[in-house]
Amino acid sequence: MLPENLKKELQDRIAAVDHPRELVVDVLFALQAHYGFVTDEAVEEAAGLLGMTPMEVDEVATFYTFVYRRPVGKYVIHVCDSVICWLEGGRSLQEYLSQKLSIAPGETTADGLFTLLPVCCIGYCDRAPAMLINKKVYGPLTPETIDQLLDELREAH
Amino acid sequence: MTAQVLFKNRHPDRIATLAEYRHSGGYEALAKVLADSSRQQVQQVLTDAVLLGRGGAAFPAGVKLSTVAADAPYPRYVVCNADEMEPGTFKDRVLIHADPHQLLEGICLAGFAVDAHEGIIFIRPEYEGAARILEREIALAEKEGLLGQNILGSGFDFDIIVHRSGGRYICGEVTAQLNAIMGRRPNPQQPPPYPTEKGLWDRPTVLQNVETLCCMPHIVRNGADWFKGLARTESGAGTKIFGISGRVRRPGCFELPMGVRLSEIIENHAGGMAEGSRFKACLPGGASTGFLPAEHYDIPMDFESLKQAGNRLGTGAIMVFDHRTCLVGVTLNLMEFFARESCGWCTPCREGLPVIRELLREIEEGRGKPEYVGVLKEMGRHLWNAYCAFAPGAAAPLESLLAHFADEVQEHIERKACPFG
Ligand SMILES: Cc1cc2nc3c(=O)[nH]c(=O)nc-3n(C[C@H](O)[C@H](O)[C@H](O)COP(=O)(O)O)c2cc1C
Ligand code: SF4
Ligand code: FES
Repeated sequence: MLPENLKKELQDRIAAVDHPRELVVDVLFALQAHYGFVTDEAVEEAAGLLGMTPMEVDEVATFYTFVYRRPVGKYVIHVCDSVICWLEGGRSLQEYLSQKLSIAPGETTADGLFTLLPVCCIGYCDRAPAMLINKKVYGPLTPETIDQLLDELREAH
Repeated sequence: MTAQVLFKNRHPDRIATLAEYRHSGGYEALAKVLADSSRQQVQQVLTDAVLLGRGGAAFPAGVKLSTVAADAPYPRYVVCNADEMEPGTFKDRVLIHADPHQLLEGICLAGFAVDAHEGIIFIRPEYEGAARILEREIALAEKEGLLGQNILGSGFDFDIIVHRSGGRYICGEVTAQLNAIMGRRPNPQQPPPYPTEKGLWDRPTVLQNVETLCCMPHIVRNGADWFKGLARTESGAGTKIFGISGRVRRPGCFELPMGVRLSEIIENHAGGMAEGSRFKACLPGGASTGFLPAEHYDIPMDFESLKQAGNRLGTGAIMVFDHRTCLVGVTLNLMEFFARESCGWCTPCREGLPVIRELLREIEEGRGKPEYVGVLKEMGRHLWNAYCAFAPGAAAPLESLLAHFADEVQEHIERKACPFG
């Protein structure tokens, strides 16, 4: 169930636009922030708020890279595997991350802290090899900077 | 130092403020057209300036604006394409971070030119930082009466909103982007009707790239001849933001005259080739352009010259590869990208790209057979039958690999291994 204040906030935003469904991605992001990922319940709730069918919402939800339809960790690591990062040794860094976190790409660590997802070029090719953690960019990466980052995030937790 | 127009207010470590932008002549173009110009005059100066779309397709911006009929229905929309998801491309991010008001003024001018009252900036999730900058600066501009109701006392209203994408490459394509904004699954939609006739919510919609819009205030303020004169070549107009990455010493974004030579960009601006590297080829304008072999190392970088070389300037995102880079490996990586990002709507793209990717993987990993080359050529041709321009874009690196680097492909097959290890 959505808390009343979040529901009210979304209803107000929806009431302020001409076409509610233009906010579908924003609403999915808000529900994702609340539940941790877009649950089946969230799809139903988004549909209710936006006056769409759950099917129409899910067609959108399943399309996008940053809308998670399955559980993810607290920190989602999107590591770029496109051409410039690949050229600059991105693949071995991804393997390094996998090994450090003991997870394969697509998986989440047992403590629920990290999810590792390879993604397409994130638009920071001038900082290759690069990755995003919860939409914040890091690069150029080395095994040392990765160690440091993971330690900081673990400590912050 | 060449003339800096779009990067005039660029600082290495911070965003240009509204005051700085205004001090450099910012919002003068808007004030001028609101005071004494007609929509047609704005369209005309952009057409005369030969401002070609910087998002990859090189369509003349003034012409696009003029296709919105004077008696077209309202509301009308301007969409700013800040999706920029093509591998190698990052210039639009740098432009927004350098001088956000230049973009806002450009969107507003485009709005004036078609009598639209709403602008929408469509931005990828990876650029959340840029999205926040834009929202903050929009509010500042509204406070100074430069956006919103009754701009500069002229009676013209124009609002800009930021629309966040969920992140998918196809959303950069015009019609897919309009579907995305309308909350539909973002598959493309072949015209007609053209978006300038029936776009968002079936209303006239003009969509332009960030860099194209950023050029507009400068053209309106300084004139068409001035803009054309910025180019190095007769066939070019204006400056171009080149984003260079790969095997160069100093990757980054540089504003240079349209038509500057490739060799000059690499040697004088990107710091030359990386340590121990020799130039082998580049993709001159993003992942959906072809490999440009070393014989073109001195080519003038403008739309026309690259067309004559059988290639495209695309977005001007130059990815440089050296003598140690395996181009079969590069192409395999690009096909992984295209296969993953295919929207799945049509068969040649959805089904063809994975086959191409797997054939290339076989070749790259030493299991390739001589007959694979013919199959790849045929599969490449099928991509041209796809529903939208995504698949022909994917064909560009593949076909140019087979045309210009056939020996390298052959060597993989004969040695049963990648010669680059
Ligand atoms: C698959 C695909 C992706 C595209 N991605 C972008 C993009 O991210 N940004 C962009 O400006 N244009 C992109 N384009 C080109 C747009 O369709 C369109 O031509 C352009 O945004 C129009 O603006 P312009 O005329 O100012 O260049 C893409 C095209 C295709 C086929
Ligand atoms: S070519 Fe590819 S991206 Fe374009 S409609 Fe077909 S499947 Fe979708
Ligand atoms: S290729 Fe990795 S950020 Fe562009």
